[in-house]
Amino acid sequence: MPEPVEAPRLLPPATRFILQCGKDARDAAGRGFGLALPEAACRAESAGGRAALWLGPDERLLLAPAGLEDVLAGELEAALGGLPHSLVDVSHRQAALAVAGPAARELLSHGCPLDLDDAVFPVGMCTRTVLGRAEVVLWRSRPEEYHLETGRSFASYVLGWLREAEQGG
Amino acid sequence: MLLIPCPYCGERPEIEFSYSGQAHLVRPPRPAELSDEAWSEYLYVRDNPRGRHAERWRHLRGCGRFFNAIRDTTTDRIAVTYRMGEPPP
Ligand SMILES: [Zn+2]
Repeated sequence: MPEPVEAPRLLPPATRFILQCGKDARDAAGRGFGLALPEAACRAESAGGRAALWLGPDERLLLAPAGLEDVLAGELEAALGGLPHSLVDVSHRQAALAVAGPAARELLSHGCPLDLDDAVFPVGMCTRTVLGRAEVVLWRSRPEEYHLETGRSFASYVLGWLREAEQGG
Repeated sequence: MLLIPCPYCGERPEIEFSYSGQAHLVRPPRPAELSDEAWSEYLYVRDNPRGRHAERWRHLRGCGRFFNAIRDTTTDRIAVTYRMGEPPP
């Protein structure tokens, strides 16, 4: 297979929250976050270094640059007011990886069972799924770039798996 | 690979799902008033049809949601899936 332009790599630390709530709370949280949280299944929204990923009907993953845990928690809790919700800081639970380049999709297809064709998995699509033996969140952030989130302790396995797949293994 | 239509995410590979047994079981409201036979019937006895079977599945490595499916036990074909709380079609 052709070599991807960039080798799969770990991304720097980030601020991460899991928000679970209904639509009213989601709308309010979006105003606090500065980015409307996606309502459509398996869609992500991103702008200004922040991203919101649909993980389930009532579950969103919020991403922001590292070190904003306290700031973001304050902004979100203020926006949410008394609306019922669960907001959990998972910044250190997960690690992020990037797979980029013209062969990124082919590389992921070595171990991800999803149909990653443009028609099914366009830019902005995201979902929890499987890569190799690990559970990952897969987000197509650009036409030739995928953002992966996985459990911190799985990161070295996923990175090793990607590098091995890159060798044609 | 078998594709299962999640009512929230659409068609997804079987490997993302977990099976959770027979659907539409209703817990007796007052178990203490049941005979041992009736209680063990509720706990342990399940249908084992040849053909159409209503069962619970969970999109574990996807949206995380439980849902129901009608599956043919002789062909392993899933005829339809539907959300929790909806009546079997
Ligand atoms: Zn699903």
